[in-house]
Amino acid sequence: MTDYNHLIETRNLVKDFGKLGVLKGINQHIDKGEVVTIIGPSGSGKSTFLRCLNLLEKPTSGQVIFEGVDISAEHVDINLHRQKIGMVFQLFNVFPHLSVLENITITPKLEKKMPASEAEKKADELLAMIGLSDKKYEYPRKLSGGQKQRLAIVRALAMEPDVMLFDEPTSALDPEMVKEVLDVMLKLVEDGMTCVIVTHEMGFARKVSDRVLFMDDGIIAEEGTPEQLFDHPQNPRTIEFLSKVL
Amino acid sequence: MMSVISVIHFDLDIIGGIVNTWLKYSNLFIKGLWMTLGIAAAAVAMGSILGSLIGVLSIVETRWKWLNTIIHTLVKVYVTALRGTPILVQLYLIYFFLPEAVWFLKDLPKLFFILLALTLNSSAYVAEIIRGGINSVDKGQTEAARSLGMTSSHNMIYIVFPQAIKSILPALGNEYIMMVKETSLASTLSLHELMFTGTILRNYFLVWQPLFIIAIIYLIVTLILTSLVGMLERRLSVSD
Ligand SMILES: Nc1ncnc2c1ncn2[C@@H]1O[C@H](COP(=O)(O)OP(=O)(O)O)[C@@H](O)[C@H]1O
Ligand SMILES: [Mg+2]
Repeated sequence: MTDYNHLIETRNLVKDFGKLGVLKGINQHIDKGEVVTIIGPSGSGKSTFLRCLNLLEKPTSGQVIFEGVDISAEHVDINLHRQKIGMVFQLFNVFPHLSVLENITITPKLEKKMPASEAEKKADELLAMIGLSDKKYEYPRKLSGGQKQRLAIVRALAMEPDVMLFDEPTSALDPEMVKEVLDVMLKLVEDGMTCVIVTHEMGFARKVSDRVLFMDDGIIAEEGTPEQLFDHPQNPRTIEFLSKVL
Repeated sequence: MMSVISVIHFDLDIIGGIVNTWLKYSNLFIKGLWMTLGIAAAAVAMGSILGSLIGVLSIVETRWKWLNTIIHTLVKVYVTALRGTPILVQLYLIYFFLPEAVWFLKDLPKLFFILLALTLNSSAYVAEIIRGGINSVDKGQTEAARSLGMTSSHNMIYIVFPQAIKSILPALGNEYIMMVKETSLASTLSLHELMFTGTILRNYFLVWQPLFIIAIIYLIVTLILTSLVGMLERRLSVSD
């Protein structure tokens, strides 16, 4: 039933913040089932690129095509499309005033008019998947960073998205909690979820990625399979960056 | 013995004067106090409704940039004017000007104009409280909600406002405490609130005695209210 070639496509995507040019014309596509990792130095525009994909940032020019629809156009009901684009943030952004259960169920109930019982059933399954069933009625302040991030992941999954965007999901975590979050992401990848992941976890990127993009100064300076990019980088900037982080 | 101390008349029975005035006229003070608390509550309650509206307007983003500019400018002018002029001036303007300017307001009771002035004044402060409260909520909350596909109004109602209320409620409590004190200005328009008790008793040649009593009552009331606000603040902050 797919009448489009790519799940997400960006056409000459440009984003300026005032005078600062952050994205300088990016043409990319992400296909269904693909896992794409974006690496690159801080400030190179990785987050901005990701945030343009679900229109949290409005592109200055260019287009974002999601499932065949130009969602960067005026008068698009962006909320409907965002339901299908899950996003996970560096700082979790779980809702502190809502219980773990409500964090997961509130949006399906509000925006999909899902009956409470059905939303809760789904939440139960998701909580079981991440091993937080016993925290169902707790509030986020009782959770560790790793638990909050796992909650944030299933909160997005509850909307049954077609793609998940991860913006450095483990960067704010204590080292001992990184693995529990990466394990959940790995499970998603194994289940065939399309993922776009900005990360500094090079080992993880190498393991899960179909394609790795190296972003530098607002452009995709180099891309390829993990082997190509990590083992045989061509661009001097990529080589320099990898020499610092590997 | 020309020291500072000698300036005070030791034959003046301060304590006795205050106590006797209180014993004789306590019902007048109590009556005034109720009016003070009531009118302050009414002003802050109505000011909160109006101020919430204005506060939300001050951050609202419609699709049209020009409309946003107009709304935000109007709100800014309103808030700045009311916070930048003395409340006594506002009170007098509304009390003396409005009945003359608008014919159908002419026969309304004095209390109406006083309440209107205090309400408008309060609404400007509440608008700032609401705006500040909403802005104090982490932007990441809105981003997370919107990324899930939540509409901007649902985000306001279910995500932002429930968190903003934690800083808004105590601030509204403080606004009420301020207003309890501000209502004393209405005594100059002969409204029988707490301060006006002093004006009445001056006719009985009691000048300073009532003022001490009035000061003590205001102090007790504000101390009680302040501690209530403190309790509320602590209550709200545990759930973070
Ligand atoms: N909302 C914003 N306003 C102004 N500048 C921004 C904003 N967001 C990001 N930037 C700037 O854009 C550049 C790229 O930022 P970002 O996309 O966060 O990079 P990365 O995620 O690769 O570290 C940085 O110079 C950053 O300061
Ligand atoms: Mg970033």
